[in-house]
Amino acid sequence: QEPQASGLPEYIKIVEVGPRDGLQNEKMIIPTDTKIEFINQLSKTGLPAIEVTSFVSSKWVPQMADHKEVMSGIERHPGVQYPVLTPNLQGFHSAIAAGATEVSVFGAASESFSKMNINCSIEESMERFEEVTKSARNMNIPVRGYVSCALGCPYEGNVVPDKVAEVSKRLYSMGCYEISLGDTIGVGTPGSMKKMLEAVMKEIPLSALAVHCHDTYGQALANILTAIQMGVAVVDSSVAGLGGCPYAKGATGNVATEDVIYMLNGLGINTGVNLCAVMEAGNFICTALSKKTNSKVAQASFSTGTIN
Amino acid sequence: ASGAYPKRVKVVEVGPRDGLQNEKNVVPTPVKISLINMLSETGLQVIEATSFVSPKWVPQMADHTEVMQGINKLPGISYPVLTPNLKGFQAAVAAGAKEVSIFGAASELFTKKNINCSIEESLERFDEVMKAAREANIPVRGYVSCVLGCPYEGKISAAKVAEVSKKMYSMGCYEISLGDTIGVGTPGSMKEMLTVVMKEVPVGALAVHCHDTYGQALANILVALQMGVSVVDASVAGLGGCPYAQGASGNVATEDLVYMLNGLGIHTGVDLQKLMDTGTFICNALNRKTNSKVSQASCRL
Repeated sequence: QEPQASGLPEYIKIVEVGPRDGLQNEKMIIPTDTKIEFINQLSKTGLPAIEVTSFVSSKWVPQMADHKEVMSGIERHPGVQYPVLTPNLQGFHSAIAAGATEVSVFGAASESFSKMNINCSIEESMERFEEVTKSARNMNIPVRGYVSCALGCPYEGNVVPDKVAEVSKRLYSMGCYEISLGDTIGVGTPGSMKKMLEAVMKEIPLSALAVHCHDTYGQALANILTAIQMGVAVVDSSVAGLGGCPYAKGATGNVATEDVIYMLNGLGINTGVNLCAVMEAGNFICTALSKKTNSKVAQASFSTGTIN
Repeated sequence: ASGAYPKRVKVVEVGPRDGLQNEKNVVPTPVKISLINMLSETGLQVIEATSFVSPKWVPQMADHTEVMQGINKLPGISYPVLTPNLKGFQAAVAAGAKEVSIFGAASELFTKKNINCSIEESLERFDEVMKAAREANIPVRGYVSCVLGCPYEGKISAAKVAEVSKKMYSMGCYEISLGDTIGVGTPGSMKEMLTVVMKEVPVGALAVHCHDTYGQALANILVALQMGVSVVDASVAGLGGCPYAQGASGNVATEDLVYMLNGLGIHTGVDLQKLMDTGTFICNALNRKTNSKVSQASCRL
């Protein structure tokens, strides 16, 4: 099959993970009010899905300690999804009590990563998640499944595509409506992205797949392009490229939403998202964090004062 | 590696010229020479060494003769230099240059602002260089700026890019490097532009020179590779900001490009570690952080 820039999806759903994945990996703790204002600004940009917070123990993730207040404090815009992370049944109940209407669970394609991150094997984590998806099904709550280390692991190094396919299939079979494949340490390239997707696409329908690329090695947009050339139509990103990489000090993490949208706009792909509005939300949160944006589009646009 | 990608890609390193030219701090001659010598050890086959322009316009390149004469010229490696006119060409050859480059543009306004003449006039100037180069058996590489957008004109038609490229190729340039000068291009506009240019210039004579000002460079390069382009320009450590967007980045980083090509199983002959070491060297000398994400990520070790 000849890779072409045409034959791409007409519409791509952007899943904004800045308030959760982004802020979680920022050193500075952000006040609850600021988080709420940030999410409210994002709600006005046209983004169809905004990952709001994480119902994990504040002992592990202090930045997400205010999950209840954030969930109940944000404006809920019609047509926008506000998923939250729920690592286990307890977190799930807490999330529902706080008003969540969609949740996410996080698996990994690496045993070592699973052990180091959530202190259990992949199999044990799947059992935990099954409790969540069972309850979610009873309450008609959609569940999104993440697979970390899809293109490499900070502990194991290389990750076999078949393993990614196996874990993805587990999550999909237990009821996750969408599987987000995460290049957790950003080591992937268009070569490894293609191989991994080929393996996963044997088990999961294309319409249920998303990619979550980190830009730690500058490869994110090229990897995303490869994925969308293969028909993937859901892309995760983080406004202003919030969130560094906990495994490479000083390195970047999430790909910037602005840069993804710029590319998709240039490809004539519809996202429904207003790039200027996203840049403004990015500017707001970077000011609050006293940091420069990681988005090159934002850097270039604020310098020239115009947007190309 | 996908069957549709080239098996080998020639990486043209423009850090010592395009990179340094757009860095604020003037780099001492011995440092420039060390930079080029270190690059010569990485496996790179083409290293753009300097520019024979008037130091009045480009103070960073004032030591062009000393640099050209001072570097180790390793066998099998080409060290092209910029020559904007016949005078520059003659000075370059006298200093030992064996390959030169000339710079055209797909935008009239850009040409006017940059070199104070029309596109037509610039090509007439180049004709003199081409003639002299042919007589001296010196290969000439042609650059076309603003292929995906112009800081003054905005949108640039693919037909115009093809027209200028074709002229330069017909004049005798062995290769045409298509430059996204302000980095505004996306895979969409890259594909459109290349489709039109490839009707006039054979793909084997084409190169892409992408700027990463809007973070699009590697995605744009990927599309170019998919269309058969197998020569890519890049700058070690992503040296060289964008003169049209204050504080914004410019050239794509060679390290990040090589990382991607390695991942695609495409042969470059370049040793990534040695390249990163060279990037570290020049960034220290410039007292600045690298623009290469691969370098940033690897620094934790």
